[in-house]
Amino acid sequence: MAGTDPRIKSGDGHGGFNISASQEGRGGGGSMEWSERALVLGVKKHGETSVILEVMTREHGRHVGVVRSGRSKSMQPVLQPGNEVAVTWRARLEEHIGAFTVEPFTLRTHLLMADVRALHGVNWLAALLRLLPEREPHQNLFEMAAALLAHLGDPLAPNLFVRFELAVLSELGFGLDLQKCAATGATDDLIYVSPKSGRAVSREAGAPWAEKLLPLPAFLRGDLKTPASPDDLRAALRLTGYFLDRDIFAPRGLKQPDSRATYIATL
Amino acid sequence: MAGVAGPEIERLIQLLARLPGLGPRSARRAALHLIRKREELLGPLGDAMRVARERIVTCSSCGNIDTSNPCSLCSDARRDGATLVVVETVGDLWALERAQVLNARYHVLGGALSPLDGVGPDDLNIGALVSRVAAGGVKEVILAVNATVDGQTTAHYITELLSPYEVKCTRLAHGVPVGGELDYLDEGTLAAALKSRTDL
Repeated sequence: MAGTDPRIKSGDGHGGFNISASQEGRGGGGSMEWSERALVLGVKKHGETSVILEVMTREHGRHVGVVRSGRSKSMQPVLQPGNEVAVTWRARLEEHIGAFTVEPFTLRTHLLMADVRALHGVNWLAALLRLLPEREPHQNLFEMAAALLAHLGDPLAPNLFVRFELAVLSELGFGLDLQKCAATGATDDLIYVSPKSGRAVSREAGAPWAEKLLPLPAFLRGDLKTPASPDDLRAALRLTGYFLDRDIFAPRGLKQPDSRATYIATL
Repeated sequence: MAGVAGPEIERLIQLLARLPGLGPRSARRAALHLIRKREELLGPLGDAMRVARERIVTCSSCGNIDTSNPCSLCSDARRDGATLVVVETVGDLWALERAQVLNARYHVLGGALSPLDGVGPDDLNIGALVSRVAAGGVKEVILAVNATVDGQTTAHYITELLSPYEVKCTRLAHGVPVGGELDYLDEGTLAAALKSRTDL
């Protein structure tokens, strides 16, 4: 169901796309215009026929814009969270909200609706991406989000979510160091994370404070092929949830999205 | 720009322009039409609006709007109390009633869960729905919510809330609309229609 927008060329087949973006005005006047592949995060009604569309793009980050006639019968199925679209954003000045023209690229909302976990997953993913400032590129997170959306219905999805949350923490300046022990520098037998520093702690160094330390599931130090049990996944999500709460949600006066808890409950 | 009419007429135009489907120009036309039909239309319309303002209430049982509480649908003894149709808005309830295919009772949520709009479970009429089901007598809850991510998230949330009760939760089918041409349907709708195909 992938579209064939000529402005967007298929890249490496795993979320990597060559993007032709133009920041220069067409026909002078200094107007802004760019085209990109985008992940739909949400829509808000705007007037009677239009919507304000919120998307995640590779080069322009999280971005909003008006879609005229976005509430038409043909556009409503396209502008659903989880879908991938090709957007062109135009505005007279960069600081304006601007207007999107949208073409469908990969529509997957119907698949999400059939899978309760995927449905909560797409809401959770959008909530995490909303933590990012607008119009700031986070290419790594875009690629990860695109891959996650493509695998929301897979058994691999919870593992991808854990890694996505770690990447969000890292991109926002609160990355965890899970590669070596904070106390001894050891790289083996790391089974704890310090709730203060967010750094891994080895079994030996952490033994006296074991009750106060957070468990570090072993699969987090491996690649995606490393098997993870539901208990491991829950422990990993408790770990990322702790730091998301402490460093991101609480300082902004926010609470964790309900979709996160409902997703975890389905594991 | 100064108004071409007196302040009372300008006020009428301004208020009409706030209605859905009307802009300043069409509001002017509507105002002019009302003024021309002063006795037949403007007077009765004003009276009807005043009465509506005074008498319309929200049904404490289902969330519908009516001039009585409980509403005429809730107090209709001929309706099947074992089936509860959950809708997002009163507009959806009216749409289903227009179809004349249900003889059930309704429950209006007042919207759908929407993280982007900041609508959470506490903002919707969900607690009253659970109370109605918990009170007994309901055998099936039809979740007639929109086929959107927000609508379906709401449906799943409600299904989860109602899981402790002995009630069957169903949802509307997704697929080809009556009179719809396949060529004009989006891929998602076609896929959903194929998935829920039926025997002939």
